[in-house]
Amino acid sequence: MATTQALIVVRDLKKYFPLRRGLFGEPAWVRAVDGVSFTIREGETLGLVGESGCGKTTTGRCLLRLIEPTSGAVHFDGVDLLRLPPRQMRAMRRHMQIIFQDPYASLNPRMTVEEIVEEPLRIHRVGTAAERRARVREVLEEVGLSADALARYPHEFSGGQRQRIAIARALALRPRFIVADEPVSALDVSIQAQIVNLLQDLQQRYRLTYLFISHGLALLGHLATRIGVMYLGKLVEIAPTETLYRRPLHPYTQALLQAVPEPDPDARSQRLPLRGELPSPLHPPSGCRFHTRCPFVMTECREAEPPLKEVEPEHWVACFLV
Amino acid sequence: MLEVRDLRTYFFTDRGVVKAVEGVSFSIAPGRTLGLVGESGCGKSVTALSLMRLVPPPGRIVGGEILFEGRNLCELSEEEMRRIRGARLAMIFQDPMSALNPVLTVGFQIAEAVLAHERVSRREAFERAIAMMREVAIPDPERRARSYPHELSGGLRQRALIAMALVCRPALLIADEPTTALDVTIQAEILDLLARLREHFRLALLLITHDLGIVAQTADEVAVMYAGRIVEYAPVREIFHNPQHPYTRGLLRCVPRLVISGERPRRLETIEGTVPNLLTLPPGCPFADRCPEVRPLCREGEVEMIQIAPAHFVRCVARGSPILPPSSAPRDREQVRARTS
Repeated sequence: MATTQALIVVRDLKKYFPLRRGLFGEPAWVRAVDGVSFTIREGETLGLVGESGCGKTTTGRCLLRLIEPTSGAVHFDGVDLLRLPPRQMRAMRRHMQIIFQDPYASLNPRMTVEEIVEEPLRIHRVGTAAERRARVREVLEEVGLSADALARYPHEFSGGQRQRIAIARALALRPRFIVADEPVSALDVSIQAQIVNLLQDLQQRYRLTYLFISHGLALLGHLATRIGVMYLGKLVEIAPTETLYRRPLHPYTQALLQAVPEPDPDARSQRLPLRGELPSPLHPPSGCRFHTRCPFVMTECREAEPPLKEVEPEHWVACFLV
Repeated sequence: MLEVRDLRTYFFTDRGVVKAVEGVSFSIAPGRTLGLVGESGCGKSVTALSLMRLVPPPGRIVGGEILFEGRNLCELSEEEMRRIRGARLAMIFQDPMSALNPVLTVGFQIAEAVLAHERVSRREAFERAIAMMREVAIPDPERRARSYPHELSGGLRQRALIAMALVCRPALLIADEPTTALDVTIQAEILDLLARLREHFRLALLLITHDLGIVAQTADEVAVMYAGRIVEYAPVREIFHNPQHPYTRGLLRCVPRLVISGERPRRLETIEGTVPNLLTLPPGCPFADRCPEVRPLCREGEVEMIQIAPAHFVRCVARGSPILPPSSAPRDREQVRARTS
């Protein structure tokens, strides 16, 4: 992973959530993110994929310190975010924004669209009232909403339009980096495509950098420059999108790719049989965390944790088989 | 086995009549899967609830026939319907957690389904439950039968629900988005299981989904719904390789695909605009406002379904469908009758 022109550098990021058992019980730890490292280059989209509980959402939030990481380092344009005092961190958030999955829950129902989009400008004391009003109109137009949306409330809009409002709010401060946490998962396919295209247009126009979190590999293939695959708090494989699709090396990546139902009745797929269910991140399996479900499991997989190693340029895998 | 003819289910709300299902017709044979696809609000779930006669108020079936094993379900009493529901006709839902009772064990809930329909002892019902749990590949069924729903993973819960639906050997299973709440690798297992059970029990399966990938992988026939109507109805290969309705074509184009090579990022095709409001639906084809092939005739009246190949039906003026002027449509009169009765 080359560090040149890297906007985001994440090193050995960990987030353990305490889970208290009873009043006097020993706290147990849910290891939601357990030693994840990657970089995101300026202007690229890193896709992060994995199933529920793999830690992809927690990773995204740790990057913005919306959740405080347990340990590790997150550098944004050379600045170590985890060492910043709260005031400086807040100022830093101008440059980094997030779009959430559920546009029904992420917008305050008591605020008008104008208030919602203007709020980040007010918080960061940007411009005069007139300048802020002009910026709100401008950014709404960029996401494809007209000025008559300004005085209306979120409930008057469909899911796709609400997600446009959320994107306008995220863009208002002209950030450099956006975490998009499953931004289209709650939308219908025809609307999904509109929002994905909008995000791509905005990226090209403003040279935005995205961390795009998704549970769907097919969607990521359309927009990610590189894709990282997570399983139970670990990054198991990361590679440029095309490489990952052509030569998936981790058995979990292979299973994920094969599990995608292709919209073609003549391509009824052969699937790699995965055994069992997803283990709990409270008691992750020893060694390689995937060994309980891996069809190629060997003795050493149960004993030692495979390190992430570079098997070809930019293609990193954590598996003893490669 | 199941034949639905001109089904109409309306919701009589304070703000007006929502025609959620407007003249839907299809049939399913034993051992076959019909995929019912469409986006949210298109009426696919209301169609399923209509078949079960479980439409919540202010909704009501206002017309049409549901012929199932020789009887019209629309004409049965609530008592007769209860005997069929769960026994001959079963349904599984999207969210397995909310469909299971959290304070009863999984085994008890499956056995309860047997006791509701058959004169058997409790012990026998429980044994049948365990046998069915084995059939749906729940590991260690004797132990799992004594588990509560929250002790099972999402995938196992969905298997338990399938066991509950199938324990009385129904002829028709309605699966409403059965894998939407599950992860992709678990989804693949559940779809494989449903396909195996369909063969094994010669089940007729009505699979409701918004995911065209799932339809392509599991359905024999496909009905595409839009704004309460079936706009295209054909065998699965016809739908995917020779789609005729502009909406079907648009949907297929905007699905993201696992394409390996080519430049990235790649733009997705879109269908511009949004789904129409069913309360203020103008006359004519409901897709007209978003349709790339729209012409004046489309807005003049109800578009009729036509047959363009032996098993391929489409509702589109551009393919030659005739128009019924809105004034002559029989449904207006029936709607008045339904409201006043």
